[in-house]
Amino acid sequence: MADFIFWVIWALIVASAALVAFGNNLIHSVFALMGTFLGVAGIYIFLNADFLAVTQIVVYVGGILVLLVFGIMLTNKISIAQISQGSIQKGMGLVVVLGIAVIILTAVLPHDWVGSTLPMAFTETVSGIGHLLFTDYLILFEIASVLLLGALIGAATLARKEL
Amino acid sequence: MIKLALFILFLPLLSFVFQIFSFRKFEEKKGEWVSVGIQFITLILSLVMLGMMLSKSDPNFSLELHQSWLDLGLFKIDLGVYIDNITVIMLVLVAIISSLVHLYSTAYMAGDVRYSRYFGFLGIFTFAMNGIVLANSLFMIYIFWELVGLSSYLLIGHWWEKDSAADAGKKAFITNRIGDIGMFTGMLIIVTVLGTFNFQMIAERIHDGVWAANAGMLFGGIDPHKLLTIAGILVFMGAVGKSAQFPLHVWLPDAMEGPTPVSALIHAATMVAAGVYLTVRIFPFLTADAMATIAFIGGFTAIYAATIAITQNDIKKVLAYSTVSQLGYMIMALGTGAYVAGFFHLVTHAMFKGALFLASGSVIHAMHHSMHHLHDHETDPQDMRNMGGLRSKMPITFGVFMVTTAAISGIPLFSGFLSKDAILAGTWTYAANVHDGWLAHLHLAWILPVFGFGAAAITAFYMFRLIFMTFYGEAKKPKIFEHIKESPKVMTIPLIVLAILSMFFMFTLPSLNPLSDHGWFTTVVQSPESAVTTGPAFDLEHFEHGMHEAHVPAMVTSLLVAGLGILFSVLVYLLHKISAEKLAAKLGALYRGSYNKWYMDEFYINGIIRPFLKGCDAVGRFDLDFYDHYFINGWGRNTKRTSKGVGLADDLIVDGAVNFVGIIFQWLGWTLKFIQTGKIQNYLIFVLIGSALLYVVNVF
Amino acid sequence: MDHLSSYLVLSAILFSLGLYTVITRSNAVAILMGVELILNAANINFVAFSKFVTHNLDGHLMSVFIIMLAAAEAAVALAIVLNLYNDRGHINVDEANSLKQ
Repeated sequence: MADFIFWVIWALIVASAALVAFGNNLIHSVFALMGTFLGVAGIYIFLNADFLAVTQIVVYVGGILVLLVFGIMLTNKISIAQISQGSIQKGMGLVVVLGIAVIILTAVLPHDWVGSTLPMAFTETVSGIGHLLFTDYLILFEIASVLLLGALIGAATLARKEL
Repeated sequence: MIKLALFILFLPLLSFVFQIFSFRKFEEKKGEWVSVGIQFITLILSLVMLGMMLSKSDPNFSLELHQSWLDLGLFKIDLGVYIDNITVIMLVLVAIISSLVHLYSTAYMAGDVRYSRYFGFLGIFTFAMNGIVLANSLFMIYIFWELVGLSSYLLIGHWWEKDSAADAGKKAFITNRIGDIGMFTGMLIIVTVLGTFNFQMIAERIHDGVWAANAGMLFGGIDPHKLLTIAGILVFMGAVGKSAQFPLHVWLPDAMEGPTPVSALIHAATMVAAGVYLTVRIFPFLTADAMATIAFIGGFTAIYAATIAITQNDIKKVLAYSTVSQLGYMIMALGTGAYVAGFFHLVTHAMFKGALFLASGSVIHAMHHSMHHLHDHETDPQDMRNMGGLRSKMPITFGVFMVTTAAISGIPLFSGFLSKDAILAGTWTYAANVHDGWLAHLHLAWILPVFGFGAAAITAFYMFRLIFMTFYGEAKKPKIFEHIKESPKVMTIPLIVLAILSMFFMFTLPSLNPLSDHGWFTTVVQSPESAVTTGPAFDLEHFEHGMHEAHVPAMVTSLLVAGLGILFSVLVYLLHKISAEKLAAKLGALYRGSYNKWYMDEFYINGIIRPFLKGCDAVGRFDLDFYDHYFINGWGRNTKRTSKGVGLADDLIVDGAVNFVGIIFQWLGWTLKFIQTGKIQNYLIFVLIGSALLYVVNVF
Repeated sequence: MDHLSSYLVLSAILFSLGLYTVITRSNAVAILMGVELILNAANINFVAFSKFVTHNLDGHLMSVFIIMLAAAEAAVALAIVLNLYNDRGHINVDEANSLKQ
């Protein structure tokens, strides 16, 4: 049963991503992206990353996606539907991307990734992540907060009207 | 003794340095007396040496001082001093004449434009002459030989504003140099075969047979005796140049352009005697053939110059030719083997010829002053035809002239008689007794006495001619005659001293026999044995034996001959019984030939110098028009063409290559510019392609 | 199938599609969407490795940071896009080529 759902979610993700990539309609692409995000959240659950799954939904779908929608709405003309234009270099891009994909796959698949002999260090991740954030990864945490501050100020500066 | 010699050598050099480097300061303050003083000091030192030598009275006395100068391993040159009796006598001679000339010059050259430099040059001349006298090797003689030639050039050309004086100086030096070529070649032959320049060692080694051993081997199998003859004659060539023998005599008459004291010092008494001195030094290694050649050249010169002197009108020219003739006598004497006689004549000649020149200078000086008084600048003060009757006005000069003329003519009671007599006896002996040498082999040895006695007669003739024309008879230029005065004491004292030295007893003390030359001179100066072992040479015993026999006949003949000459001169010039002009007209061509010096100078100029210059011209033209044009300029033209070609190549190929590189990059840029689309997405594609390639390359 | 390779393949596909979107789309916002896809693919990779290989939470933390960064970046990027729109009246990246030679 779990396998079946896994493959469904797998297919969902791939299909949504394909729609994002190849779709003509921009609004359709945005909503396909939402589908991708939700699918990835599901994958996280399969990977026992409960905290991440929820964070994914909250931040990506609730934050970034909404932002993207705003962006589309604010920057397109009234007739939204056929805004998205295809690009001239589709062919070259396809070739390159296929090449990259092949490379990645050849790098990844043949290997027999050796698993650690340690037992699973977690059953639930929240407390673990919280713990790690404030001990091993403290500096990163602080820097991240500074980064966020910077992004905040930057975005605000960029987007305001010239006085 | 050696210390004295070195002082004598170097003091005149001090005089030279002083005069040359400080003359400005001292010209007003009688700086010339420093030179005079130095010379007199040298004189005193040399007299001391003479005294020392006489006290020993050893004919074989000799001293030598060596100093190694140049040591090149295989080749060594030593400098040194060699003193024997002859050296001492020569030093005294040079000192006497030099100091008297210095004294005389203070009056004669007073007011001259280059007064102090004159004394400086006299100083360097004396230094060089002493150097020749003291030299112990051919090499050293050569060094001072050239120095003496240089001083002669400087002094002859003292008044170089006159073209004739400047030319005469050059002529003297160049003619000397021609002789020196022979001398140097001879020196080189000697040093190649024997390995030394030193006189003593040369004689020793020849005596020990080194010459015979090496000569053939080193010079392609030549007969050693022939080689020795050649070497001897070549070294003698230097003497031919320096002592004005035929054919290199042409410079001496021209050298009269110099001041008269210079003529007295250099061209009568000392420098020209250097050639004779050289012959004296090389005497031990002359072969019979060499000696015959030397005697012939000397004899021919003697009579040749005498024949020219009889027609000359310039008082100094007469004396110049007379000097050439007397030098011929000395050389002839040495050639015949009369060693002592030749050297004796050198010494006596220095005294009386020096006096003759200084006295003639006194006459010229008086003539000059008189003409200056009359503001006459055209008459020639040296021409005897402008003189006459001077004996009343210049008694001392006249007296000296008489004494010395008697000496040179070979009149008894004077020194010249003794020395000339000895020489003539030597020629008589040679003709009669000597059987070696080419002259004897060709049965021509009799020509030497003919030369000798003939020249004696002619000498007596022209010397008395000079006296009669100058001091007797009517004054030819009465106005000039009026203002003639006797010369100042500074000039007449040297004259008197030299006249006294021309008396016979100066050389024959303690003996007072006027007809015999035995005395201190002949005791200390004795002929050396010949060192030659390779073939016929000089046989001392044989010769001396012959001299004893020939002595009296030679004396009688010489007196006869001299008397004839004087008689003829009296007839023509004193008593005017025979007219000189008519005689000259009758002898026509002979007279003109004699007057024009037998056209020697013309022969040299047209026969040798002009063709040589033409040859040089031709070579020059060849060089310029052919060689330069084709090779040098052609080279230039080719270079120009090559460089044009290279330039072209540079433009096309090199610049083309460079430009090509530029064009490539231009094209590259032009094509690659299309990558810069300005679109980010294109750039991203390129990044991806690049990274993919990197990965692929890494893995595989 | 709970095998690592299935997640890795998924991640690869997602990555490629995201890359394709970035390269070929002419709308600036669409490019941003592609970037989000790429980031998500990376996230899946991290977490998958965290579960199957390292057995600790490093991968999860990495993902947390990535999510956070994605958010910040999306904000700033959209601010830029708005500026671009205000300046030119469109956000077609094909026409933003003033650096063209």
